[in-house]
Amino acid sequence: MTGLLAADEPLVRWQWIPDHAEEIRAATVEHLQLTGSSVAIGFVIAMAMAMVSIRWRFLYGPLAAVAGALYAIPSLALFALLVPFTGLGYRSAQIALVSYTLLILLRNIVAGIDGVPQAVKDAADGMGYEPWRRFLAVDLRLATPTIVSGLRIATVTIIGLVTVAALVGSGGYGTFIDDGLSRQFPTPIVVGAGLSIAMAVAFDVLFVLVQRVLTPWTRITASPET
Amino acid sequence: MVDRFPVMSGQAAIRLAGLTKQYPGADRPAVDHLDLEMPAGEIVALVGPSGCGKTTTLKMLNRLIEPTSGTIEIDGRPVHELPVHELRRGIGYVIQHTGLFPHKTVGANIGTVPRLLGWDKDRIRRRVDELGALVGLEPEMLRRYPGALSGGQQQRVGVARALAADPPILLMDEPYSAVDPIVRARLQDELLDLQRNVHKTIVLVTHDVDEAIKLGDRVVILNVGGKLEQADTPAELLANPASDFVADFLGEDRGLKRLALLTVDEIVPVDGPIAEVGDSAEVARAAMSEYHVDWVGICRDERMLGWLWGHELNGTVTDTDVRPFRSIVQPTNTLRNALDGIVNSATNVAIVEDVDGRYRGMVRIEDISEGVRS
Repeated sequence: MTGLLAADEPLVRWQWIPDHAEEIRAATVEHLQLTGSSVAIGFVIAMAMAMVSIRWRFLYGPLAAVAGALYAIPSLALFALLVPFTGLGYRSAQIALVSYTLLILLRNIVAGIDGVPQAVKDAADGMGYEPWRRFLAVDLRLATPTIVSGLRIATVTIIGLVTVAALVGSGGYGTFIDDGLSRQFPTPIVVGAGLSIAMAVAFDVLFVLVQRVLTPWTRITASPET
Repeated sequence: MVDRFPVMSGQAAIRLAGLTKQYPGADRPAVDHLDLEMPAGEIVALVGPSGCGKTTTLKMLNRLIEPTSGTIEIDGRPVHELPVHELRRGIGYVIQHTGLFPHKTVGANIGTVPRLLGWDKDRIRRRVDELGALVGLEPEMLRRYPGALSGGQQQRVGVARALAADPPILLMDEPYSAVDPIVRARLQDELLDLQRNVHKTIVLVTHDVDEAIKLGDRVVILNVGGKLEQADTPAELLANPASDFVADFLGEDRGLKRLALLTVDEIVPVDGPIAEVGDSAEVARAAMSEYHVDWVGICRDERMLGWLWGHELNGTVTDTDVRPFRSIVQPTNTLRNALDGIVNSATNVAIVEDVDGRYRGMVRIEDISEGVRS
């Protein structure tokens, strides 16, 4: 990388950071918004796909194949493909990002619900849960650890991809990297990369904590027979 | 909110008429024209080999499986007339692997059906505490998750959860097959104790004929294809099996199983060769010859002290050097206990004492075989 840059340029000019505090703040908001909205929309679509897959099992294969195909398209290519239809900017990035979350989320939701023990489902039915109530209060609740794992992977992945998406003008930390690269100026590159890594790590930890709070029953050990 | 189950309060008898389940594509029915009466307040054990339709029959009672034809009436009312969720909330359901909700505390698990029925929080909490005590759970266990409990404790929670809304009917699907034999025996005893207080109509499915005989007031033996072989009290089944299948299924130790069902007070113990402390040796020898034995039991004030060999008698009967009887049974013990005592004692008798320790008589092998024949 240094080959691109002037020999006497330091890796980070620290004064650049306070000078651009307002831009950094704005980029943080953009990055969070794009990540949050993509994962949220992706989750809603994946949940709908999962419910369809569970109700009509034969549809799971085709739906997973579609999600898998979307996931397999290289991110830059997908961003570029969408530009003629949705133009440069937020919308193109968001469509691409949502499509990346689908496979991870769909698989985790279905796996989580499939993992609910049959005895628990039978008991719930036998005690008179209505189907919708059982789905919400039992199946979905017990699938929480797997679903939250999916959200964690999806979110961390999307935080990385939002950085790339800056190429189509969607804002966020990637803007600094693009700017630094085009001007052969390393400071914004380091700041943009560092902040997106920090955000990814922060969300990773956050999801671990959320997981712990939501699933207190998973941290227990059985007592011996009495 | 009022309980929406006027039709199923108190006690409920169950009647199956022509009940049939034919699964699509199967070459014969899983349950075939089954007619059964299950009296209110009794334990009915459905037992039979794999494929006999016992679990299918059970699941038709709470409509987890819908019959192909035939009817099920609870308290004279066809089950299909009730909304299915309300029907199920009025029938307790206990299954093999407990099916406890791992994400809810033990207390919340027990309170499941009351919550579905819309009871208020205080009433649910009182009921959960009451049930915890009823099935012998420590109060602090109610706040734990089921995963922290042993298999036996989980099964107790399963029973408490099934009883929560005080349903007149309890369905139990192989409830004890996943716990080890020692815990299983204890849980079975607990169920019998519990039933003496709650008087539910309990339908229990098991593949273990000993469990069926131990727990069932009535035992229903089903054959492959849902064919009813025999439905009767355990004692009647063991005494008069209706077919070779039933006899085989009950096992070669059918006689021993009967002994486990009959109690000592169902046969008449003999007075036996006994003498009171202070009697003359002549009296003691007369008692011995009456029973053709060479030993004599020594009593004082209706208490059995022990026994002496005839040659040890000398002048007046005293209580010095008497040997205690090895096997002492009470009227509520089974004949199997008595038999076990007899074969393990030098005198070949079991001493019968009442709960206060008063001597009631002796049981010999011949008394037991006579009791079993009659």
